[in-house]
Amino acid sequence: MTTTRRDPEYSGLPRWVFVPAALGMVFVVLPLFALTTRLDWSRFGELVTSESSLAALRLSLQTSLASTALCLLLGVPMALVLARRDFPGRQVLRSLALLPLVLPPVVGGIALLYTFGRRGLLGQTLFLLGVPIAFSTAAVVLAQTFVALPFLVVSLEGTLRSVGQRYERVAATLGAGPSTVLRTITLPLVLPGLASAAVLSFARALGEFGATITFAGSLQGITRTLPLEIYLQQVEDPDAAIALSLVLVVVAVLITVATTNYSERARG
Amino acid sequence: MSLSFTATLASRGFEVALEVQPGERVAVLGQNGSGKSTLLNLLAGTVRPDAGSATLDGRVLFDLGERAHTWVPPHRRGIALLAQDPLLFPHLSVIDNVAYAQRVSGAPKAGARGAAERWLDEVGAVEFAGRRPGELSGGQAQRVAIARALAAEPRLLLLDEPMAALDIAVAPLLRRVLRRVLSDRTTLLVTHDVLDALLLSDRLVVMEQGRIVESGPTEETLRHPRARFTARLAGLNLVRGTLDGSAVVAPDGFRLDGTRKGGEELADGGPAAAVFSPSDVAVYPVAPAGSPRNNLAVRIVELEPQGDLVRVRCDDHHGHVIAADVTPVSVAELDLYPGRDVVLSIKAASVTVYPA
Repeated sequence: MTTTRRDPEYSGLPRWVFVPAALGMVFVVLPLFALTTRLDWSRFGELVTSESSLAALRLSLQTSLASTALCLLLGVPMALVLARRDFPGRQVLRSLALLPLVLPPVVGGIALLYTFGRRGLLGQTLFLLGVPIAFSTAAVVLAQTFVALPFLVVSLEGTLRSVGQRYERVAATLGAGPSTVLRTITLPLVLPGLASAAVLSFARALGEFGATITFAGSLQGITRTLPLEIYLQQVEDPDAAIALSLVLVVVAVLITVATTNYSERARG
Repeated sequence: MSLSFTATLASRGFEVALEVQPGERVAVLGQNGSGKSTLLNLLAGTVRPDAGSATLDGRVLFDLGERAHTWVPPHRRGIALLAQDPLLFPHLSVIDNVAYAQRVSGAPKAGARGAAERWLDEVGAVEFAGRRPGELSGGQAQRVAIARALAAEPRLLLLDEPMAALDIAVAPLLRRVLRRVLSDRTTLLVTHDVLDALLLSDRLVVMEQGRIVESGPTEETLRHPRARFTARLAGLNLVRGTLDGSAVVAPDGFRLDGTRKGGEELADGGPAAAVFSPSDVAVYPVAPAGSPRNNLAVRIVELEPQGDLVRVRCDDHHGHVIAADVTPVSVAELDLYPGRDVVLSIKAASVTVYPA
């Protein structure tokens, strides 16, 4: 039997692979679909625009943007050092930097509490200096940055390595100093990777729950971000929880589509 | 003295002293791992030697030893590097690539672009100014890379096998461009190709195992190689003269038919060089009949073992020395000995004629 194929190249993929692959797709998509079936569409507008919802949404966007900025500020130099310098202990340092990736966020929250909390390692000094951090909006940003930073570092380090140093060496022999090379060559070359790394950290910050609730608490308008609001509404008003969840799903879909398109365009 | 350089690097078994005169073009030949790239990297400043010192135009590049600890980073050396790959910055247009060196040294955009345009014109690539590097072929990109390196106005230009990654069809054009722009420019050219050395350098340096084993004027060194590597690689026959059709005619009338390379720049009556390998030269007791060949009546000067072969050096009675490589069996069968008159036969197809 001859069939017309779109792909002219032989893929060598066994047919049975499609069965578990399809199952996996269903497993991911079905719950999202279920969400929409349970939603009371007539109350959707009212639910997502309630005072507490809007406060949570606003706070989530603000803190996620702030922590993305913080991630860029700290993560870009971290990725540069890890990717470009060979020094003893680099592997250990990288593992430590990526620890929040595998650490349960709640543990991260507790660790942050004992660092920046009122009785924490730095918290006491900060408190005396008049900068109380725990249970403030700043704590939310710190918690989000803590969990999102490794995403930026690991993804940017990979991009830096794949771009390599050959262009940077050429730029140096053309008279460009290290800072000029960084500004005119390195960063422009990794810009697509940097953008998707930033978006990835933003998404991770937006979804942060465990570290936030442990370290920052749940004060409306101050530390209660969208995931926390959803968690609380799940008990009080499940319909509101579903509506807000859907908002996060839409944001996530938009982010994924945008970054995939962007990186594909950048690639070719 | 333009460049004065001594350096040792134990981890690579590298120990070299080298001096280059202002405007001198030096070719560095050697096998892989002989230390050619290390030499370039040490000069460019991407590798640091254990000890040594170097000055370029009176300015110190590095001075490292027991007490000295001077080290000038790559961007303050005034040394540009042209590598195998053009490595044009993919996010900049061609003109901005060429203008890069001037821009980072603080020149205003308009001025830098004006200079960049002149350099692009110099390498015949001005029509690509507005393009992205991704839209250029390998040969075009390498020409732009040459313009970019020259636009930095380097006091020393390093070339690391600039034609190795190019199609054979593109190399002659680029070689011509390099011949033009490198004249009187202090240059260090690392190459595998004897022809590049012949056409693009005044002096030849041969490296083996991290050391310079031979150094001398290019043409002479290639004709009379002392180092084994040079002999195997080179020992090329070379006849200089003027062009006549596809033949090179020496001032004394000595004529050699060949095959033209390098196209339009070769004009009748213009200077040209004919190059051919000793292994393409056949030795006969009397002139063979038929076939369009160069037949030269010569006298054998000396026989010299050359690996599995015997190199037969001959003189045509007018000072033109031609070498032929034959098997020891042939030496015995033809009864070759110094002083014997023989005929050398070379196919025109084996003789490459270049502009000189």
